[in-house]
Amino acid sequence: MSDGTRNDGNRGKAHTDEAALSARLQRLGEGLGEARGRAAPPSDGPGVDRATTASGYARGFRLSSELVAGVLVGAGLGWLIDRLLGTSPWGLIVLLLLGFAAGVLSVMRSAGVIPENRPD
Amino acid sequence: MKVDPIHQFQIHDLIPMASIGGRDIAFTNSALVMLIIVASVSILLIGATAPRALVPGRLQSIAEVSYEFVANMLRSTAGNEGMKFFPFVFTLFMFVLAANLIGLIPYSFTVTSQLIITASLALTVFVIVVGYGFWKNGLHFLNLFVPKGVPKVILPVIVAIEVLSFLSRPVSHSVRLFANMLAGHITLQVFAGFIIMLAGWGVLGWFGATLPFIMVLLLTALEFLVAVLQAYVFAILTCIYLNDAIHPGH
Repeated sequence: MSDGTRNDGNRGKAHTDEAALSARLQRLGEGLGEARGRAAPPSDGPGVDRATTASGYARGFRLSSELVAGVLVGAGLGWLIDRLLGTSPWGLIVLLLLGFAAGVLSVMRSAGVIPENRPD
Repeated sequence: MKVDPIHQFQIHDLIPMASIGGRDIAFTNSALVMLIIVASVSILLIGATAPRALVPGRLQSIAEVSYEFVANMLRSTAGNEGMKFFPFVFTLFMFVLAANLIGLIPYSFTVTSQLIITASLALTVFVIVVGYGFWKNGLHFLNLFVPKGVPKVILPVIVAIEVLSFLSRPVSHSVRLFANMLAGHITLQVFAGFIIMLAGWGVLGWFGATLPFIMVLLLTALEFLVAVLQAYVFAILTCIYLNDAIHPGH
């Protein structure tokens, strides 16, 4: 593509500068496109890793909040089920444990120990 | 002199608007700051892109860099299909970023240090993920909770754990941003309070006060980092959750 336009530019003397410029722009554009394609492999870039390596503080905060959120949601849901169905205290006990497991799962996911869901 | 580090988070009414069911609805300082955020982001971006120069000036560079940043983040996490959510993610990112940065201006108000704000943002993301996931994939969306290659015996437990893990997302999504901003601002205020207390002790106190002053200086720099980083984390988590709605298969 870029070679073709360059040849055109050489033929038309009057437009040499413009053609050369446009050919250069085109080559630059293609190069940029290639570089971008290489830099960002489609849709399986480890976005989480980049988000967490930005700072250890953010990473720690992220992991701890995942765990706490899992436990809290489990406990809240268990409490709600107990209230609605009158199964106290079993809903709370079971869902608290499940919530803890869910929290650990989220932590391991965001730490990159287990692969995150990725588009196939 | 006593310094109340929580005082900065108080919401007070500016203009009373209406009373619904015995509750006063008012235009609060939080609403005012949110309006300022939306206005400043809009003015910045519209004004910056108005010249449409081939070689961008400073302001246009800001707009272009933020566009490319969010677009790359969305494309790398959710694929090209995710780009239909670009306006949403970009709005979220710019809102949170502007809220965090405006909150760092002394005497202003940090809306992202209010749990209700971050929770409503996170719930919006959650509702969009669930809604779009079911709308696009139908019941296939539920595959998100069924990992492949798990023995049948423990599958119910795994599914329950996956569902809970999914439900805990808006909680961790909102609490992370809220807690970061809240903790940062309280720490800043407490150390600033030390300066005033020490300075009240006379000449010796003035020397002592330089220590918390240096601390506040460093903390302010850290807070700028946290403000930008948390906006980024909030946006990239949104992208990751949207990716689940677009590609629910494991």
